[in-house]
Amino acid sequence: MAGLATVLGSGAMTNTIGEIEDAGAIFVIGSNTTENHPVIGYRVRKAVRKGAKLIVADPRRIPLTEICDAYLPLKPGTDVALLNAMTHVILREGLEDREFIANRTEGLEEMRRAVEKYTPEYAAAITGVPANDIVRAARLYAGADSAAILYTMGVTQHTSGTENVLSLANLALVTGNLGKPHAGLNPLRGQNNVQGACDMGALPVVFTGYQPVANDEVRAKFVKAWGVELSGVPGLTITEMFQAAADKKVRAMYIMGENPILTDPDANHIYECLESLDFLVVEDIFLTETAQVADVVLPAATFAEKDGTFVNTERRVQRVRQAIKPRGQSEPDWQIIQELARRCGFEWQYESSRQIMEEISFLTPSYAGITFERLEAGGLQWPCPSADHPGTPVLHVGKFSRGLGKFSAVEYRLSAEQPDEEFPFLLTTGRSLYQYHTGTMTMKTDGLNRFHEEELMEINPADAKVLGLCTDDTVNVTSRRGLVRSKIKLTERVQPGVVFMTFHFAETAANLLTNSEVCHIAKTPELKVCAVRIEKA
Amino acid sequence: MVTLYVDDLAVSVEKGSTILDAARKLGIYIPTLCYHPDLTTFGGCRVCMVEANGKLVTACRAPVEEGMVVRTDSSAARQVQRTVVELTLSNHNGDCLTCVKDSRCKLQEVANYVGITPERMAMLRSAVPEVEVDESNPFFKLDRTRCILCGICVRTCQEINGVAAIDFGFRGHKTTVVTIGNKGLAESRCESCGECLERCPTGALARKDYEQPSREVKSVCPYCGVGCGIYLGVRGDRVVSVRGDKDSPVNSGQLCVKGRFGYHFINHPDRLTAPLIKRDGVFVEASWDEALDLVAARFLETAKHYGPDALAGISSARCTTEENYLFQKLLRFLGTNNIDHCARL
Amino acid sequence: MRKVLEPLRQEAIQRWQALQNSDKPVILVGAATCGRASGALDVMAAIEDKLREQGRDAIVRQVGCIGKCHSEVLVDIIKPGRPRITYGHITPELAKQLVEDYLVNDNPRTDLAVCAASGEETDIPCADELPDSKHQIRVVMCNCGHIDPGSIDDYLAQDGYMGLAKALEMTPQEIIEVLKQSGLRGRGGAGFPAGRKWESCLKAKSDQKYVICNADEGDPGAFMDRSVLEGDPYSVIEGMAIAGYAIGASKGYVYVRAEYPLAIRQLRLAIQQAKEKNLLGKNILGSGFDFELEIFQGAGAFVCGESTALVLSIEGRRGMPKPLPRPRTTEEGLWGKPTLLNNVKTFACVAQIIHRGAEWFKSIGTEKCPGTAVFALTGKVNKSGLIEVPMGIQLKKIIYEIGGGVAGGREFKAVQTGGPSGGCLPADLLDLPVDFDSLTAAGSMMGSGGMVVMDDSTCMVDVARYFLEFTLEESCGQCTPCRVGTEQMLKILHDICEGKGREEDIDLLVEMGKAIIDGSICGLGQSAPNPVLSTIRYFRDEYEAHIREKRCPALVCKKLIYYRIDPDKCQACGRCLKACPVQAITGAKKTPHVIDLSKCTKCGVCFEICPDRFSAVERKTGQAEELN
Repeated sequence: MAGLATVLGSGAMTNTIGEIEDAGAIFVIGSNTTENHPVIGYRVRKAVRKGAKLIVADPRRIPLTEICDAYLPLKPGTDVALLNAMTHVILREGLEDREFIANRTEGLEEMRRAVEKYTPEYAAAITGVPANDIVRAARLYAGADSAAILYTMGVTQHTSGTENVLSLANLALVTGNLGKPHAGLNPLRGQNNVQGACDMGALPVVFTGYQPVANDEVRAKFVKAWGVELSGVPGLTITEMFQAAADKKVRAMYIMGENPILTDPDANHIYECLESLDFLVVEDIFLTETAQVADVVLPAATFAEKDGTFVNTERRVQRVRQAIKPRGQSEPDWQIIQELARRCGFEWQYESSRQIMEEISFLTPSYAGITFERLEAGGLQWPCPSADHPGTPVLHVGKFSRGLGKFSAVEYRLSAEQPDEEFPFLLTTGRSLYQYHTGTMTMKTDGLNRFHEEELMEINPADAKVLGLCTDDTVNVTSRRGLVRSKIKLTERVQPGVVFMTFHFAETAANLLTNSEVCHIAKTPELKVCAVRIEKA
Repeated sequence: MVTLYVDDLAVSVEKGSTILDAARKLGIYIPTLCYHPDLTTFGGCRVCMVEANGKLVTACRAPVEEGMVVRTDSSAARQVQRTVVELTLSNHNGDCLTCVKDSRCKLQEVANYVGITPERMAMLRSAVPEVEVDESNPFFKLDRTRCILCGICVRTCQEINGVAAIDFGFRGHKTTVVTIGNKGLAESRCESCGECLERCPTGALARKDYEQPSREVKSVCPYCGVGCGIYLGVRGDRVVSVRGDKDSPVNSGQLCVKGRFGYHFINHPDRLTAPLIKRDGVFVEASWDEALDLVAARFLETAKHYGPDALAGISSARCTTEENYLFQKLLRFLGTNNIDHCARL
Repeated sequence: MRKVLEPLRQEAIQRWQALQNSDKPVILVGAATCGRASGALDVMAAIEDKLREQGRDAIVRQVGCIGKCHSEVLVDIIKPGRPRITYGHITPELAKQLVEDYLVNDNPRTDLAVCAASGEETDIPCADELPDSKHQIRVVMCNCGHIDPGSIDDYLAQDGYMGLAKALEMTPQEIIEVLKQSGLRGRGGAGFPAGRKWESCLKAKSDQKYVICNADEGDPGAFMDRSVLEGDPYSVIEGMAIAGYAIGASKGYVYVRAEYPLAIRQLRLAIQQAKEKNLLGKNILGSGFDFELEIFQGAGAFVCGESTALVLSIEGRRGMPKPLPRPRTTEEGLWGKPTLLNNVKTFACVAQIIHRGAEWFKSIGTEKCPGTAVFALTGKVNKSGLIEVPMGIQLKKIIYEIGGGVAGGREFKAVQTGGPSGGCLPADLLDLPVDFDSLTAAGSMMGSGGMVVMDDSTCMVDVARYFLEFTLEESCGQCTPCRVGTEQMLKILHDICEGKGREEDIDLLVEMGKAIIDGSICGLGQSAPNPVLSTIRYFRDEYEAHIREKRCPALVCKKLIYYRIDPDKCQACGRCLKACPVQAITGAKKTPHVIDLSKCTKCGVCFEICPDRFSAVERKTGQAEELN
């Protein structure tokens, strides 16, 4: 989200899910929407039925490519080249929104110079996408009255993740597709409350509502409200934490509801890091792979057993309500945290989530108008700065949070790891429709497992032929970091030279292979590209 | 606005409205089977036929006209309505008690309205098709002996989900709902979203192992970031169903396969039900006091020896906003900003 | 434009005349599907072999169907200086003899001749005076059987393309006026005024419009459209081009069922030739008008003859009629664009109407239904075939004069018009004039032109069942009344035919039939009950006999008949005894044979095998005394 914050002043979906249906064009990049955000996928399909032009950029032939007007099968990690070329075409053909650029943006000339060399032909050589398809996609995107960009981790999980987002922002800015309905720059968040976790400052550098910990004024406000001294030193990101654990700089760790052994890159490394901790406490609903290496495991309640809120990908704060009592001795996480805080000597006295939200709205300008009472009537989209504010469906109307929208001069860089003789394939990862993340929840429903019960690594039939492989064969997939044994499926969904795995299954943990090299700005690991070798097992 | 008369009552509705819209505005019941407010109108079941200005028309499709006189119960309309329902019943597996839709079945409702007598039904010949139930999908089944070919599932698959996995196949009395190549649902393009069975007016598309909840609680789906509004169906102390919240601006009642059917983790026997402390490499159940005291002690100890930045916390995108707030607050109270979560994953 | 056409025309006329005045004999073989099914291609090969053998030179040509299907294979021979003689029932052997006898030895074989073009050949009836020709007027089929359907020159020589050339000098509105004045009504069955349809399509505003010719002829026993496409595809192509110009369409489709391979081949050839002569394609006759024609092959679903279903079918979707209210096809048809859809015969009339004028057309037929009607006359009639008659002709003239009366000297019982969803009309309606409105009033319809004659050996309940079975299979299945209603009615008819009918069934059928007519989406459902309702209306006593007396008066319904051997007539020859497949017949020499009804499967072999001179086996209905 760092990328978005840089150019627009805040990092979240700029528009609302319901608007997608009436977009003139939709540009889906690095998002397998129908499988990973199915209900948004329905809206995209509906928009196409209503006449929207659909552009899909993805290394894999994902289901949406069946109904799209332009398909751009780019090589993994070449997004900047593709996006710069689209911007190049738009500027070259005079398809830009001059009024919008003049009134609402800055830095056009610098950006123009940067995209100068990205002719469609130049980009075609890098991305593998035919030059005229790039031109066609640019015209479709720029030609619509309103065009929405949808993207997910396929854009951000790269060492150039932030640059990818910046070049997407260039595209939206140059065509004036921000600050109006049915348009925008829309990261689709992968988890139910990842937006809420970010909003609440479960991040090393900010308090709630993205208020920087390093800002003295902000810190003073929190010190006053909380009555404790607070550190102004930015903390460590997940990847840094693990490294610090290995280096014995971090000694004790508290993991709540996460399973990094399966979700984070280079699982062997993570495992070693966790093992080298003096003390690990894991709080979860099941004894996950990560919980198994903990010293103490705390049983948590599921979403059905507690009250609170989730914030969805369109910034909508919505009420979660307790349906049944927590199973066994398990407790809602907030009660566990509070109990722990008390035992650490802090006199916390929250009686309910409602009371916590009151404190949040007091300390967070964008949440100032949000209360459980108001949420009863339906969700509220932040920013909601006052009790009578209706919430904000579309961000940046009339003005960006940072004032003017900023164009960025972005250059294409190679991914950290490139295929070579030893590791000739590119592995890219994702999720399937029937499983979710590490399967902690989904694998407990037999019916879902019947659709997808084991990994079937996707490989192009042409590659399989060279390697002498057939569907259902088992292969060893080796990267510089590890080895995974997986069954394979021959499919044209992946390009030659590229293989695809999900990271759902502990037995075939794709993240044993992936690269923990991160984006230098957002620190997002490059899960979408790593070099592997395939051998028949 | 257009003013018309339905059964002698005047009503004004928007131009372009249908007779059905006008009747509903007046609170007048017109039987329907293939009509669904979420979908384009089809007009195939013919049970909503009424007389408008003396002509028989389908109320679900016929647009209103100024001064139009509609009779929902004229003898001609009644005749068609009744014949259509009788015919539909002659073609329908009438074993209602074992049907999951019993008492919530649209065909039962319509049959009640038009008035079906045993004498009339005895005059008709039974024409229930003899076909196997498609049980291939783990979550729901397609029982074609209960299908009335209203096409609601077909339109749902095309218009709501958009995958268009099913359509009408074959002709005449052999017409049936089929997948591409007439394969089982599980082997087709079907994404198991279950939108069709939510709308099926009869028990043709029905959940397997369905348990009717005794109460419902409004909440939000725990899977991806879309945040679909849901109702959790509760029976005793178990969650037994999930359905979409039609009033949610996010999903308008729509759900995907995970959201609708992936709730079994809640009541799963593998759930952690007590705190565990690892002693000599083995987890041992402990009391909350024991476990929390231990954690607090180790945290404070670590902070004291190595400084607060030797502590780190990974919060959760799965937990509530309030819990994330408290989590970062606790770590910050302990003196460190080493807080992160999986936002980048 | 006529100026541009003239050189093409003159060249064609010269060729045609050269052919007519050739010093070589000209032999025409009727080689449409009907002729081919009877062996026309073998006949043609035999003729060519024989000619080669004899060292004779003659011009052998294939022509379309002239309509006398009862006499296939038809061969016409025009010897220089002699009138054209038509020979019927020609086999390859007869063909060889004919070549030898007539061409080599100058014996015209009057015994094989059907008719001659003029009365010069005293022993051969004159074609125009044949009873089956006398009442016919050829408009749609004027070229069928005369021209080679593979030669556009033949067509041009018959004033072909004069209509289009003239039309291109007129404004679209003027063309439509002529059409309106002519009173032409669509020949697809419903009889909607063609001029009004064209006009609404002209008025619809759009960048793109389409013309579609409906050649999805699906009625069992109907082959009018097929014969026109096989015998004279040019007339349809010309009519469509005129339509394209009149409504502003540059693209047309001919929707032909894939079961008509010969029609498709002839059409394809004709389109090719028309393009070569610039009578199709870009800038037709230098007028600036472009018109492309494409053939779309339908998969043989009867319901795709319905206009909205046909349009969906071309779009690659499931052919299901769109329910009312819906936009007219003329406003929103193929791909959502204004589309003019007419039947083969409608288009075939158009060129001549433009060329000869509205008055000429109106002079044929009746005031409200001008022009001709084409029927496929089949069933229990002496001369089955394709006929073209002026609208308004009486039914009895068709059946008794053109059709030569009921076959086998049996008694007329009913005539069924309008295809599977038409009605059955009884003997007392034989004076009925044949046109759209009269037939509808009598509970039947014109349909696209099937006409099936039934004699007294036909069971009307069984007939109703037969036609209902067809519509049941061919219903698109989307609306309940048609899909389930026809099935329900059919089940009841099955029961009646099997003696399981109930007293209330007749009223139930009538009531249900009316509800199906009222409740169905399209014409298929709205007419599906017609055969049942019309047979109940005119032959109710037969239904009652089946239900009350368990009797089938026509001795057709197997469950209601039995066989009996008359002991007085039986000569104990043993033929039936040996033939019976289930050994149900007992008897011995000089002992009259007896059928054991508990074993008898009613296959009827005994009835067939019993020599006519004995006629001892009787087919009876009602309760057999032996079973009582």
